[in-house]
Amino acid sequence: MTIEKRRQFAGVPFTRRNFLQMIGTAGAVTGLTSFHLHAATPPASQRASHGTQTDALSKVGMNVNGEHRTLVVDSRTTLLDALRDHLQLTGTKKGCDHGQCGACTVHVNGRRVNACLTLAVMHEGDTVTTVEGLGRPGALHPMQQAFVDHDGYQCGYCTSGQIMSAVAVLKEPWPADDASLREAMSGNICRCGAYKNILAAIKQVKAS
Amino acid sequence: MQPFAYTRAQSIEEAMSAGAKASTAQQGAEVRYVAGGTTLIDLMKLDVEQPATVVDINHLPLGDIERLSDGGFSIGALVRNADLANHEAIRKSYPVLSQALLSGASGQLRNMATTSGNLLQRTRCVYFRDTQSPCNKRKPGSGCPALDGYHRNLAILGVSDQCIATNPSDMNVALSVLDAVVVVRGSAKDRHIPMAEFFLLPGNTPQRETPLEPGDLITHVLLPKPVPNSRSLYLKLRDRASYEFALASTAVVVALDNGHIASVAVAMGGVGTRPWRSAKAEQAMRGAMPGDDVFRKAADIFLADARPRAGNRFKVELARRCLMKAMRDACATT
Repeated sequence: MTIEKRRQFAGVPFTRRNFLQMIGTAGAVTGLTSFHLHAATPPASQRASHGTQTDALSKVGMNVNGEHRTLVVDSRTTLLDALRDHLQLTGTKKGCDHGQCGACTVHVNGRRVNACLTLAVMHEGDTVTTVEGLGRPGALHPMQQAFVDHDGYQCGYCTSGQIMSAVAVLKEPWPADDASLREAMSGNICRCGAYKNILAAIKQVKAS
Repeated sequence: MQPFAYTRAQSIEEAMSAGAKASTAQQGAEVRYVAGGTTLIDLMKLDVEQPATVVDINHLPLGDIERLSDGGFSIGALVRNADLANHEAIRKSYPVLSQALLSGASGQLRNMATTSGNLLQRTRCVYFRDTQSPCNKRKPGSGCPALDGYHRNLAILGVSDQCIATNPSDMNVALSVLDAVVVVRGSAKDRHIPMAEFFLLPGNTPQRETPLEPGDLITHVLLPKPVPNSRSLYLKLRDRASYEFALASTAVVVALDNGHIASVAVAMGGVGTRPWRSAKAEQAMRGAMPGDDVFRKAADIFLADARPRAGNRFKVELARRCLMKAMRDACATT
């Protein structure tokens, strides 16, 4: 982060995140960047008019990683977009945005859910935990450490979702065998195919 | 996603009166209830659903599973799929329901999805989900590209020339075999709708999927008491081992008496425009000795009216084998 902060682009400091937005506005939009830019809720000025209410802003308060946060969000904002774009908690990833990949997995009131398929306004008073709330450098959660120990990732994009899911799975009523653990984790897709190592990581934590 | 007004219902009456303002409770409803959101928000992102008002019903007191005095169970509309599947009494008394729920979706989705939401889960037909395509269910009269297009995952039973969309729910198949009853509170009158009447055939009105009217709110699902000495199971066949919709599935409840089939109920998923039952197929097995000859005959009767198309012709044989294996396994465990 400190290194990223020192970098400048046309006089504007940039991070890995706003770099994508910069090349997007510069016209060099790839399929990937275009997807990420357009998938988020557009600003009010760009919205199509529909029905009677076009600016449905709501205030919502929730506990995120042990801290009370109050947000003013468009009612369309998913919990995922609220975490990433409003609270800058970008550890939670947007993969498919349709509940099919598990990259957005977070805990709401202690249970794992797909943050992409739930609206932020539905979470008034809820307790939300993201991967940032699990551990931090130097004080990793045992599951984070186990993923490091077992190389439970390759590109890393699905990893925070895998870890959040894995932590929750160990509290759910699943049989102890490998097949059941794999079934329990089937909502988290890893296109690099690190499943074997992910399973090993989960088993390490389960055994400890 | 189109803009909408969000409200949180504080009471069942408040939810009903908000819902009653819509002109339909079917496709295109201006008011939608949101519970788990796993179907609705997905479809809103695709613009398949564009409600002007979304009513959050998560705070209504409909989250309990209760044993009834007659030995059955009442399941609140807001009971999450994971909680229903893992409920001790449900696991013990209705294994088919627990297994069906656990075979569907993923751990995350089952923590969100509710009983009433799963009942109203929408089809996975790719043309229904793509607003650039014609679809008689989404836009009546626009046509059905699935008839001659991609329909590997679509129905062979209960189809019409207008629509061959499959009901994708596993839970609904189990509720069908259990003869569950959907309790609906409505502005006109409250009613108890048996599963056999809850899903409408597409016919010429595929946009109409249930008997629900504006202002109706599903409050509970009632399970009749378990059939004495019965065994039940859910067998799901699909393209992946997990996290995939059924190509064919079978829910069975069977009771043997002295080596004969005393009572049997069979429902299939993945093959019908609604969860499919066949009274004649069940009748053909009743009183008989369990065995492949009987099961094959029942499967033939079950599938006699199948109208497969080029891309899902394999489903007739797949369904036959699915039904036979489910019966074989259920009878073997008795």
